[in-house]
Amino acid sequence: MKIAVLVKQVPGSESVLPINEGQSWINEDPVTFVMNPPDNFALEEALLIKERKGEGEVVVVSMGPNRVQKVIREGLAKGGDRGIHIEEDEPIETDPLLIAKRFAAVLKDENFDLVLTGLQSDDTGMGQTGVLLGEILGMPTATLAIETDIQGESIRLKRELESGWFQWVQFPLPASVSIQSGLNTPRYPSLKGIMGAKKKEIKTVLGSELDASSRSQSIDKVFVSQTSKQTEVIDGDVDVAVQRIAEILRSEIKVV
Amino acid sequence: MNILVVLEDNQGSLHRLSREAVAGAQKLGGSVTALAIGKNAGSLASELSSYELEEILTVEHDLLSSYSADGYSEVVTQVIQSKSPKTIVVGHTYQTRDFMPRVSAKLDIPFIPDIISLSDEGFVKQVLNAKLNASVSSESDQMILSFQSAAFNDEEMITGSSTITTFDVELDVSSVRSTSEEPFQEAAGDVDLENAELLVSVGRGIEKEENVHLAFDLAEVIGAEVSASRPVVDSGWVDSFRQVGSSGHNVAPKLYFSLGVSGAIQHVVGMKGSKNIIAINKDPEAPIFELSDYAIVGDVLEIVPKLIEALKN
Repeated sequence: MKIAVLVKQVPGSESVLPINEGQSWINEDPVTFVMNPPDNFALEEALLIKERKGEGEVVVVSMGPNRVQKVIREGLAKGGDRGIHIEEDEPIETDPLLIAKRFAAVLKDENFDLVLTGLQSDDTGMGQTGVLLGEILGMPTATLAIETDIQGESIRLKRELESGWFQWVQFPLPASVSIQSGLNTPRYPSLKGIMGAKKKEIKTVLGSELDASSRSQSIDKVFVSQTSKQTEVIDGDVDVAVQRIAEILRSEIKVV
Repeated sequence: MNILVVLEDNQGSLHRLSREAVAGAQKLGGSVTALAIGKNAGSLASELSSYELEEILTVEHDLLSSYSADGYSEVVTQVIQSKSPKTIVVGHTYQTRDFMPRVSAKLDIPFIPDIISLSDEGFVKQVLNAKLNASVSSESDQMILSFQSAAFNDEEMITGSSTITTFDVELDVSSVRSTSEEPFQEAAGDVDLENAELLVSVGRGIEKEENVHLAFDLAEVIGAEVSASRPVVDSGWVDSFRQVGSSGHNVAPKLYFSLGVSGAIQHVVGMKGSKNIIAINKDPEAPIFELSDYAIVGDVLEIVPKLIEALKN
């Protein structure tokens, strides 16, 4: 069982996000980066599938500038067997088709049985890389899996639909599946894992040499959203705030 | 045809976001054609028969009796190849996220997802956990767009007339590789969130499971039901039938009182129709404040116990 997990490095949810000078993206300098939280669930699911089978290989694949080696190393510390880094000059590539083509170029000769991705990235939130990649590699795909079950040469999985509905689907391997967050409890790396990860291989390939397609879409500008709603901001002393909320509930919305 | 809207079947009737997608497509301008797929295609099409559309295409086939990513992406691909629309529009739903990227890759057409509005500079979507907005543009002649809930108002659909036409597709058994079982619901609970007048909603800012009782205590004092955001449900602190947002319930109560909910788009789409929104959050930049009537910057764990006391007196 050979499994590829795609992990992205993204700004942490607590990080500052200053807009850069050209307003094209954020200024990365003060940003703290983490493994994209949805991808952490995909990584955990890959490790669990390997452990249940008792054999296999989990390959952690990431795309981006040099800094993304940190999340690959984190994946290896948790139990990944080796890593692949698709190196990009740009701090962030925002075109999902181009991203998927580059991943596909790296993965196609590896003959993976299963490709796992997170639901979407916390930075650009395009939510389509795993499905694009599946189509390019000729694999069946499914999204929002909350339970996986490998059955011989096929995979059976429980998908989340909307409004509390679910559905089981099954298709043959190889396949590309995106994982819904919350389906497992991602592990922390052990000290032994961290030490061991230093010796594991990370292969680096240049993104521009994998696929030279031109960009099909791009993020041109980022900005702070303008709210049209009149908001009363209550800030400062707790007791004053409490009195004001009580008054709002009693006299303005009249629910008490 | 300039624009193709791909419709979604929501248990026999048109998905709300498909109606909004039609409204958005009409707003983009040009002639709009709709496409209904599957065993309910005819009734979905007839729901749109009194609106201004160039044509409504229906596709039925034995292999399309239930949804599959393979089947639906193949149908949409064949329609695009035959009709050459410039723009393909869908609602941003779990189903379109599941199959539209396949169409994008098959035809090499960019898919710009999760659009919340149009601007002069491009299509606007939220990025970086809804902390910033971004304008996105296509660099290709054709593009696929998905519109987030409430990006457009379905009451603004332009009325008029249209004709319903059957579109024939070529599908063989090998083109649909998956088998699907019947959709099912898990324990629904006995709480009717969607009809609740008042909701106290608990988010990640509650910090620990031991603190969740604060939400229930406050709810009891004001006679509200308790709802929750996804991270709290995923942590197992609150039952999943209390979840509000794209994977939970859509609510529009008289009061939505959120405790430590950050306001990610997946949550906001399920509650932004609330009449009054009070939000408490430590982070003055929390996106929930943008749609709040009252934004209280502070610690839920400090404020709520005192508020309960104040309301009891």
